[in-house]
Amino acid sequence: MTSLLAENAAAGAGRTSVRRRRRPFPWHIVVFLAPATLVYTVFSVYPLLDSMRLSLFAADAAGVRHFAGLSNYVTLITDPRWAGPFWNALGNNLVFFLIHMAVQNPIGIALAALLSLPRLRFRQTYRTLLFTPTMLSVVIIGFVWQLILSPVWGVGKGILAAIGLSSLFGPWLGQEGTALITLSLISVWQFVGIPMMLIYAALLNIPDDLVDAAVVDGATQMQVFWRVKLPLILPTVGAVSILTYVGNFNAFDLIYAVKGALAGPNFSTDIMGTLFYRTFFGYQLQLGNPTMGAAIATLMFLIILTGVMIYFFVIQRRMQRYEL
Amino acid sequence: MVNVGRAPSRLSGRIARIAVTAGLVAGWPALSQAQSGELVIESWRNDDLAIWQDVIIPAFNKKYPDITVTFSPTAPTEYNAALNAKIEAGTAGDLITCRPFDASLALYQRGHLASLNDLPGIENFSDVAKSAWVTDDGATVFCVPMASVIHGFLYNQEIFEELGLAEPTTVAEFHALLDRLQEDGNYIPMAMGTADQWEAATMGFQNIGPNYWRGEEGRRALIAGEDKFTDPEYVAVFQELASWAPYLGDGYSAQTYPDSQNLFSLGRAAIYPAGSWDISVFRTQADFEMGAFPPPLPEAGQDCFISDHTDIAIGMNAAAKNPDAARAFLEWTTTAEFAEIYSNQLPGFFSLSKHAVTVEDPTAAEFLSWREQCQPTIRNSYQILSRGEPNLENELWNVSAQVINGTLTPEAAAQQIQDGLDSWYKPQQ
Repeated sequence: MTSLLAENAAAGAGRTSVRRRRRPFPWHIVVFLAPATLVYTVFSVYPLLDSMRLSLFAADAAGVRHFAGLSNYVTLITDPRWAGPFWNALGNNLVFFLIHMAVQNPIGIALAALLSLPRLRFRQTYRTLLFTPTMLSVVIIGFVWQLILSPVWGVGKGILAAIGLSSLFGPWLGQEGTALITLSLISVWQFVGIPMMLIYAALLNIPDDLVDAAVVDGATQMQVFWRVKLPLILPTVGAVSILTYVGNFNAFDLIYAVKGALAGPNFSTDIMGTLFYRTFFGYQLQLGNPTMGAAIATLMFLIILTGVMIYFFVIQRRMQRYEL
Repeated sequence: MVNVGRAPSRLSGRIARIAVTAGLVAGWPALSQAQSGELVIESWRNDDLAIWQDVIIPAFNKKYPDITVTFSPTAPTEYNAALNAKIEAGTAGDLITCRPFDASLALYQRGHLASLNDLPGIENFSDVAKSAWVTDDGATVFCVPMASVIHGFLYNQEIFEELGLAEPTTVAEFHALLDRLQEDGNYIPMAMGTADQWEAATMGFQNIGPNYWRGEEGRRALIAGEDKFTDPEYVAVFQELASWAPYLGDGYSAQTYPDSQNLFSLGRAAIYPAGSWDISVFRTQADFEMGAFPPPLPEAGQDCFISDHTDIAIGMNAAAKNPDAARAFLEWTTTAEFAEIYSNQLPGFFSLSKHAVTVEDPTAAEFLSWREQCQPTIRNSYQILSRGEPNLENELWNVSAQVINGTLTPEAAAQQIQDGLDSWYKPQQ
């Protein structure tokens, strides 16, 4: 694009070399950029900046807001009544993310590798079935899994009993030690289709001659995957990881659907999204505190921003890319 | 929604106006109270939608045929958040169902609820009935009280007859009863879970507690700062709650409120710690005879206390588009007719008005009869004590669930509640 413009400009300069005329303002660029800029500014940038502005205010008993500087942030980090829930939610959120990274993405890669095997029957059927949970409403996912795992009605106990492991069954969604892990795994089950699809698409892009050459050289399927395919799809794996990170630190719906905004037992499933919701909108007798909620939202934004920047500037630059 | 809703309202208003004008021209006798327009009621009672649409609103329309009323409920846990957002945006309905105490008080203080001091018929409510919807000085009332709910225990009469059990009056008898059910082994002795947390606090702590802290006496002492949650009577309530654990079904920590309701209505559990609002649900779902007993007494022969909680009221949006029609509706909610309809269509919600209302549902009538024998009180976390951070009510949900789960001792639970209160509530320090 730029080189084209430069050529045009050079040609123009050649024709009017006698009288140096100024290049006309490139209006088309403005016209092409305007819709996206407008939509993002109105629906994304403006609300973001406005919630940052809101986080600098505090309200008195009559609901009148006054400027309070960074006091909301100071309270959030130093006052034990706020800092406790905040660090708890951040820690839980980190666990939530790590479980996704450790379980969802490897399974996604493995499924994609299996789907791209050369002689696989019912490929379309598998792909559709594995992607179906991703398209279901979170409310349905939460409800279905609550029923499956329910100690009262659930089939989970029966399935374990059928293979003689009924002693392992527990009220996993109700125990402090297991509730967060269980919810993370439910979320993994729901969203595993997304890394699978992205990586499957990347695997299909790998030219057959590379694989053929490896096979001719005597590589097994395993070696082909680890030595040839995986290095070629690493940029996609990186993109999937960063999408997982952003998605997990914005997560809210599954926890809210299954455990409510109080994210029990004893806040063991509380993540940033539920902490924000409780603070901003209030819950039961707790009145909403929009300014403190905005401060939490801003911190969520900064946490996500930091993670994304680290990825872009530290990891992505070192990643090797191969021309295919 | 907003745009769609507004246009017809303006249109129907215009049609109504034309109709009224036409009527006057034709020489019809104009009604003295000719009100017209469209009203929207904000509420969290989505369970009651059918009854509002089929019974209550038609009864209102017999008196005021020109006012169109729409009952527009939100899910209970989302109601406060949704309502506040709608009010801020100016899209809330004309009539607002009021939560008790601070949530509504805050709405009034911010100018979102209108004063109802001069509403004809407001004198039909006692000061106690109004207490949840007045300013702290008692000078201004901003919602018309609708109903209270009473706590107690429901039981399956068929199971009790089969095993030859009798209603307990004391805690000792209650435990003996639970042990009998446990030994029999065919039924879950008591249906309650801790997954949703609020049942542990509401159906547990607030249900049995008043007998320990002597109802209003203890509640007022807490507000005055004379009593503390670490006092023996509060620790005893938590101890009693902790002792329920073996009698609840397997995996009760993952059992939700609907799970508990289903266990009871399917006849798999014998006893259900209840709020009276559950009666209407079981009335339609359970095919056995239900019985009810009030919270058992810690000591035989002591005075009994029940939680008779002022739970629901209705007020007017200060920015109502149709204030005259809204006031006409509120006036109607103060009448004996409304009290009669409400108490009988929704058994378990007991009218707070001074009108004598006959409750026909036998189980609901049983609950109501406890008002005569026992001294009523309201939930101790609702007035004043839930104004600060951490929120006392939410804390009570958390620790009550933990006490039953066995992850927190009764003493530690009491200490945590008191520490939370001490951190912001001045009369306590």
